[in-house]
Parts: sequence; C-alpha cells; structure tokens
Amino acid sequence: MAFSAALRDAAKATAIAFGLFVVMVGLRTDVSPTGALFLRTRWTELAMVCALVFAGRLAIGLWVTPRFLTNAGGSLAAPLAKAGAFFGMGLLVVAVVLPAIPGIGRYELDLAILVLTYVMLGWGLNIVVGLAGLLDLGYVAFYAVGAYSYALLAQYFGLSFWVCLPLAGILAAFWGILLGFPVLRLRGDYLAIVTLAFGEIIRIVLLNWVDLTGGPNGISGIPRPTFFGLPFNMSGDPGTFAGFFGLEPSPTHRVVFLYYLILCLALLTNWVTIRIRRQPIGRAWEALREDEVACRALGINVTNTKLTAFALGAMFGGFAGAFFATRQAFISPESFTFIESAIILAIVVLGGLGSQVGVAVAAIVMIGGFELFRDLDEWRMLVFGAAMVIIMVLRPRGLVGSRTPTVALGQKRSIGSDYVSEGRG
Amino acid sequence: MAYALQQLINGVSLGMIYGLIAVGYTMVYGIIGMINFAHGDIFMIGAFVALTAMVMLVSGGLMEGPAAILLVLAISMAFTALYGWTVERIAYRPLRGSFRLAPLISAIGMSIVLQNFVQVSQGARVKPLEPQLPGGIELMREGTFVVQLSYMQMLIIASTLAVLAIFTWLVTKTPLGRAMRACEQDRKMASLLGIDTDRTISLTFVIGASLAAVAGTLYLLRYGVIDFYIGFLAGVKAFTAAVLGGIGSLPGAVLGGLLIGLIETFWSAYFSVQYKDVAAFSILAIVLIFMPTGLLGRQEVEKV
Repeated sequence: MAFSAALRDAAKATAIAFGLFVVMVGLRTDVSPTGALFLRTRWTELAMVCALVFAGRLAIGLWVTPRFLTNAGGSLAAPLAKAGAFFGMGLLVVAVVLPAIPGIGRYELDLAILVLTYVMLGWGLNIVVGLAGLLDLGYVAFYAVGAYSYALLAQYFGLSFWVCLPLAGILAAFWGILLGFPVLRLRGDYLAIVTLAFGEIIRIVLLNWVDLTGGPNGISGIPRPTFFGLPFNMSGDPGTFAGFFGLEPSPTHRVVFLYYLILCLALLTNWVTIRIRRQPIGRAWEALREDEVACRALGINVTNTKLTAFALGAMFGGFAGAFFATRQAFISPESFTFIESAIILAIVVLGGLGSQVGVAVAAIVMIGGFELFRDLDEWRMLVFGAAMVIIMVLRPRGLVGSRTPTVALGQKRSIGSDYVSEGRG
Repeated sequence: MAYALQQLINGVSLGMIYGLIAVGYTMVYGIIGMINFAHGDIFMIGAFVALTAMVMLVSGGLMEGPAAILLVLAISMAFTALYGWTVERIAYRPLRGSFRLAPLISAIGMSIVLQNFVQVSQGARVKPLEPQLPGGIELMREGTFVVQLSYMQMLIIASTLAVLAIFTWLVTKTPLGRAMRACEQDRKMASLLGIDTDRTISLTFVIGASLAAVAGTLYLLRYGVIDFYIGFLAGVKAFTAAVLGGIGSLPGAVLGGLLIGLIETFWSAYFSVQYKDVAAFSILAIVLIFMPTGLLGRQEVEKV
C-alpha cells in the first residue's frame, strides 16, 4: 500500500478507536466511599491507546497487507499436515516420557495434566461436533455430571475412584441420551441453543440443590485416587504406594500417577474414536454430517446415530469429569460455566473439526498459551479472547487445515478440510 | 389478583428489554445466519456508556430528569452502535462465506474480549446508580397491597414501543429496509441486483447494537446496578427469546422476549426465584420439541 493511503487508513482507524475508547477508557466511573458514583478521567491512557492503534494500523498497512491478504482463508497445505502422522507420533512420545524429562517439575506436570484434560474433552466433543456434525454448546454439562457423580458416590456410598470412573461415564452417557431425545428433531442453531440451555440448567440445579450438592460451596474432601488400592501418602507404610514399591515417599508420585491416568484416558478416547470411525456407526456419523437427507434416504437410522454420538461424547466428558473431581479434590458449580463449553468447542474448531492431532495442538496452544500469560492477571482473558478471534480470522478452518478421509478409493491422500462439510445438525 | 397484575406489569417491562435485545439477534441471524454471541455484551456496553453519560450529566449538574434520560439514550445508542459496527468489521466480515462454525467461535472470542475489556477498563465492582425517575402511579389497591406502575416502567414500555415503531418503519418502508429484507432472502441475488450487501450487513449490526443500547440504558435505569457480566445472562435469555419466537422473525423476537419476561417474573413470584432460569429454558425446550421452528418461525423447506 502506498504510504499516503496507509496513513489515511491509519488515521481513519484511529478516529474509530477514539470513538470506541473515549467513553470506556478515557472515562471511568468509580464508587466513592459514600456509595455515590463519580467520574475519573484518563486522557493519557486514551491517547496511548489511540497512538498504539495508529502505529499498529500503519504498520499493517505498510508491510503486512499483501502477505496477510494472500494468506487469509488459504488453509490448505498446513505445515503440520505434511509431517502428518510423524508429528502425532512425536507428540505422543513426548507425552509418554514427559515426567522423566529433566527440568519438568511439579508445576509443569500440573500444567500438562490440565492440557491433557482439555485434550480429552476436545476429543470427546469432537465425536459430537466434528464427526456427527451436531453443534453442542453445553458439553460442560456432561463434564459436570461426571465430576458430581464421582464426588457424590464417594461421599454418600464411599465408592472408590476405580468403581466410580465407569459409573460416571455411564451416568454422563445416560444424560447425553436424555438430552438427545428432545433435541433430535432440532437442527443447527436451535440445537445449539437447547444444548446451551441444558448446560445452564444443570449448573443452576447444582447451584441450588444445596442439600445434595452443597450449592455454591461445592463438595470438598473428595477422595484421591489410589494406585489400584495403594494410596499415595507420605507415611511410607507398606500399604502405601511408596512403601509397597520400596520408594522414598514423595508428593510427586501422585502427580505423575495422575498425569499417566489422564494420558491413558485421553488416549483411550482417541483410540475409541479412531476405531469407531471405521465401524458402520462411525461412517453413519460422518455421513450424517455431510448430508442428513441423503442419510435418511439410504436407510440410516438417524435417531440412533445421533443418540450414540451424544452418548459416546458425553461418556468421555463424564470420564474427564470424574478425573477432574479426583484431581482437584474439590468441585463447585463455578468450574462448569458456559465459558468452559466455549473453550472446549473453540479447541475443537481451532483444531480443525475432526482432526485428532489438530485438537491436541489446539489444546496445547490455547491452554498452554493461557498459562504462559499468567502474569497478566485480568488482562489474560482479554488476550485469550483476542487470540480466539485472530486465529479464527486468519485460519477459519483451524490450525490443522487438512485431514485424511476415513474411507478412500485406492490410495488415501489428505484433503483440505474445506471439502468437509460441517453438518447442519 | 392485584399481585398477579403487578407481576404482569413487571413481566412486561422486563420482557420489553429482552425483546429489544432479541431483535438484534434475530436480525443478524436472518441476514447472515450466524449467532452473534457478542450481542449480549454489546448490550452490556450500552449500559456502561449510559452509566458514564448519566454520571457525567447528573453529577456534573448539567441536566436531570427526563431530558437527561433522553440525551443519555442518544449518547449510548451512538457509541454502542460504533461498537456493533467494529465487532462486525473485525471479527465477522473476514469470515463471510466461511463455514458456519468459524464466525460462531469468533463471536464467542469477541464476547470474551468485550467482557474483559470492560472489566479491565471500568473495574470488576458492581456500579450502583441511584434511581433517576422515582415514583409512579397507583393503579389499584387491594387491602394493603398496592399495584403500582412506576414512571420507570412507563418509560420502558413507552420507549420500547417508540423504538420498535421506528424500527418497523425502517424495515418495511425505507430503501435500507428493503435492502435488508432482500439480503435476508438471498444475499447473492441481492448483490447481483446492485445492493451493497457489505454495507447493508454493517448497518444491520449498527441498528441491532443501537437497539441493544436502548435495552442497556433501560436496564440500568430500571435495576440500578450493572457489572461487566450482565451481558452473558441477558444475551442468553434474549437469544432464547429469539429462538422461542422463531429466529429470523422480528415480531417473533418481541413476542418471545415478552414471553420469557413473563415466565421469569411469574415463576419467581409464585414458585422459586432460584429456578426462574430453569423455567425459562425448559419452556424453550418444550416449545421447540413441538414447534421446531419457534412460535412465528417459517417452516424450513428442505431442498434435496
């Protein structure tokens, strides 16, 4: 762009920025000690923001425009796709040996556990959104069902984690079917809003059913998981993990154990998804995503197909929830707000809808990146939201913009995800 | 009886606010087929701009009373409209023609941005504003219970009706409205016939945002406390209202808003306050099961 044009453009952007920020940044209402509101002016900050917008816009106009324009939208030939399977294997190897890598301490492992939880949730939701093409905005409800199932079963019946884990999955799947039934006839955004409403209903019930769930105070003292019956503690008795294996008792044992637990759960999700995509039901999901009418014409039972997708996705959400409860040892409805659903959905979409490696990469980028900006405090969510917008605008088809078709005639070649329909579910 | 009448008044005035926000959702949905998730936060921005303007006018001693309220309404509409325009320009326009979920995620990101922007710039504490228009007229007295229609509620109902009347005129009678309806029916055809679709879509966002600003201002004046988080719940409820009325249908949005407002008020009055949202959402689910396109929505024709 010519300099004068870029300058004009930047001036225009600055004028708009001034309009946007003059009230929200230039002025601030505060509550005085007497309880009345008063106005504070911050013209320097306003001037700084405007200058920043001017400089940024000018820089974009002068240098970035041509590349930016040619790049936008072209999500084919993603660099990751070339590495393809190798990249996925590399990630897996790193994940498996992570606790043994020197320099990986407690903090890094905790972060890795968090990332893996989201990877698992992303893979679970991927079944519903990426494969079956049903837009679910209330996935966190199943996460909550799983977490509360374990917490309540442990609290009232004293059941152990290993008994509760499958139960939590089954209960979540049951709720998935329960939600699935009424929404079967709905499509697209009607489905989205009902699932969102369902997520909110579950949260409100958890919040207000104080006798059972403790309401806003949540449930604390949820039992920690045991190593097949051997608890982790510092006493070093023969009945504990460290004592049984003759190790020095250390708090990292539990963290490493939790890490491998969630890694196994996540890999199980991945494995089931990959396997099931080759089964008739998996093919039916993908067919449903591509064209529901054609599916019905070919005699696929749409009801069962949708319900299994909901149930299976919900089941993995339930597993993740039970894991979350045992890891935190404390849960409250606070952890299951809509924003969680939004983050999981964002991970799935940013990962390129249906791409397993993509979901993992997106979870690492989003959750790891979120953690990197820990020092920014209240600015952190702002950066997070902005990152979501920017990634979406630059790469609308997600970070991994290509994938291998499940079925192919002859040799399998990866295709751009532009060719994959996103479903009208 | 008197109690029910009072609840009816409260429900209608709340429903009007939801209706105003719902119109913005339904308009954007009709034209570009996306859920504008940031719309609830645009409503919140409207309330904050109105708060700042109100404090400036009243504590600055410049004006007060109804004149100040009208001026605040105008200021809030102008600035919030700019936000609506910018959000569309930054987050949605580059994704025009992309697949359906991309603008949705971008909208969720924008909603997070707006919320946290206001939290950072205006603080996380709730802002209480003293009542600007106290008093009201007494409609009926039954024992000790007095049914009151407050001036504030009259203002809400009157200004909503006025704004909706202007809006209806805009959509049905002006060239802009015709362009909007054309884009809604078939965007490609509209652009072939010489309609600047980008401009029409931008203006749709501007109009939607200014309606949300009216709702935000009225909400601020009616309830007197706002914080950066009010947009989420109001947005979800308004979207529920839009879906209930049949998304894409403008009278449906207002009808849905009124219904949600009434359900919520009556449920809190007669059953339990905690579960009022559950009631609203459950009724949405029930209505959609039996009428999958909402109350006034058009039946979707399936093309094979």
